[in-house]
Amino acid sequence: MSSVPTHYSREILKRFTANRFAAAGALIVIALFVISFLAPYLTPYSPDDLDAYHVLLPPTAEHWMGTDELGRDVLTRIIFGARISLKVGFVAVGISAVVGTAAGLLAGYFGSWVDQLLMRLVDIMLCFPTFFLILAVIAMLEPSIWYIMIVIGLTGWMGVARLVRAEVLSLRERDFVLAARGIGASDVRIIFRHILPNALSPVLVTATLGVAGAILTESALSFLGIGVQPPTPSWGNMLTAGKDYLEFAWWLSLFPGLAILVTVIAYNLVGEGLRDALDPRLSRF
Amino acid sequence: MLAYLLKRFLMLLPLFIGITLITFVVIHLAPGEPVEMQTALSPKASAKSRERLREYYGLDKPLHVQYLSWLGRLSRLDFGRSFSPDGRPVIDKIKERIPVTLSINFIALLLEFGLAIPIGIIAATNRNSLIDKGITLFVFIGFAVPTFWLSLLMMYIFGVKLGILPISGLHSLGGDRLTGIAWLLDTAKHLILPLGVATFGALAGLSRYTRATMLEVLGQDYITTARGKGLPERLVIYRHALRNALLPVITILGFSLPGLIGGSVIFETIFAIPGMGQLFYQGVMSRDYPLVMGVLVIGALLTLIGNLLADLLYAVADPRIRHGNA
Repeated sequence: MSSVPTHYSREILKRFTANRFAAAGALIVIALFVISFLAPYLTPYSPDDLDAYHVLLPPTAEHWMGTDELGRDVLTRIIFGARISLKVGFVAVGISAVVGTAAGLLAGYFGSWVDQLLMRLVDIMLCFPTFFLILAVIAMLEPSIWYIMIVIGLTGWMGVARLVRAEVLSLRERDFVLAARGIGASDVRIIFRHILPNALSPVLVTATLGVAGAILTESALSFLGIGVQPPTPSWGNMLTAGKDYLEFAWWLSLFPGLAILVTVIAYNLVGEGLRDALDPRLSRF
Repeated sequence: MLAYLLKRFLMLLPLFIGITLITFVVIHLAPGEPVEMQTALSPKASAKSRERLREYYGLDKPLHVQYLSWLGRLSRLDFGRSFSPDGRPVIDKIKERIPVTLSINFIALLLEFGLAIPIGIIAATNRNSLIDKGITLFVFIGFAVPTFWLSLLMMYIFGVKLGILPISGLHSLGGDRLTGIAWLLDTAKHLILPLGVATFGALAGLSRYTRATMLEVLGQDYITTARGKGLPERLVIYRHALRNALLPVITILGFSLPGLIGGSVIFETIFAIPGMGQLFYQGVMSRDYPLVMGVLVIGALLTLIGNLLADLLYAVADPRIRHGNA
């Protein structure tokens, strides 16, 4: 029994790394983690160091990505901004994965009115232009990165819920579940031991793609001035500041945008790669 | 078919109630106090006038009473008055913004479908070739690029550096005096950048989807049969495969609406386009509760209608549903 999962996951890993796009994405994601953890050791500057003598300097050997309007090193702020986007991405997606999985499990396993209630809630939530909803809640609350993560998480669980529900509906009637029920296993045991582990692979894929979405949303909120508040560096709020100097300091706008672009592409590549690796039926696409 | 339609229409009411309930809860969970917000702007307002405001908006009543009276007013299309100094009815403010946002989104949707479907077909029929990989990379970049950043870059390149495209608003200064073709051209010029950015960002989902369904269809027996009959490849793809591949694409139409409307906040704010997104952003920033609630409800309602239309279209296009077998 124990040798089966190892082979299975090794098989998946093999398929995943064989996909060059996915492998490249994974490398970038790993690099981002390393950069986030080692941030203070990677740069001689601090993200809040003001330097009135070196304001708006174009990229040089000392400041690879130039300095901003307060003389802060842009590269340093981008490195520290990676921490924010990593945090937002994972916490927000963690919330939507947990809420979505729970809703999908309950709806699929218990069916009847539980299913009706939860799936109608999903339908209703899907009607809202998500960005409107997020913007409304965030702007009403005090600016805080925790609110941002919670709100992005609570507006992004519907897709996961639908996927998990569909998986559960098909798993529920499988022989091994019927057998477990036959020997008197409780609902809780069946759900957590037999159904959940088998329903997780679509969650993994959706969650990875969701990290990309959450990072984009956070940057848009910060850009609009209601996300991460300065002086804390986030790629989004760096762009807000850069906007005002667009005509004579292009580096303020170029580099944070590229950072978002590369990060989001990387997570998308990993997500698509995971989907292909987990579901060989689709690999011919 | 009739039973399907009836079922679909009956679902609208509970969904609508749900939309209003969520909107209401969302706005009232927030600790921000609209009355304080308004009086903070004019310090002269006495405690008495503050109380009058509170009473006028029913903010002193229990929440369920507030909700029910709000719902009653909604059914008469009365969204209350804006908290902004002009104090105009919310519905009037939204009404004058809707055509702008809807027509821009409609054009964006046409461009999206017009470009993404052919791109998806080309990718599918040249699967794993250099063309396919190039397309994949291109649409992935479009999907991943932050729209506000791309907008800024485009404004910088085309508006500031090259000076060939206007970067804000819908008309040039004094553009209202233009008539006919000149007015149309002026507006079109203003729309190139926002529409270009919006379409680029939206290409990925639909083109990848078209590619996937197209590949699935191309593996079906009836395609092998069509090829076996000796039909030209062009006919096989565009007559036999495309028709079946496009069917599920219709549902994407409904799904893409909330994204488009939601995205309009960013475009309209950056390009200074007087639409619903810009109105919403202003409302949110000044905690204009009635306005925010109004736009949320109407935005969700538009999506509801869009989904319904997509479903109906699907029912008409799919013979299995049309003839009542599904």
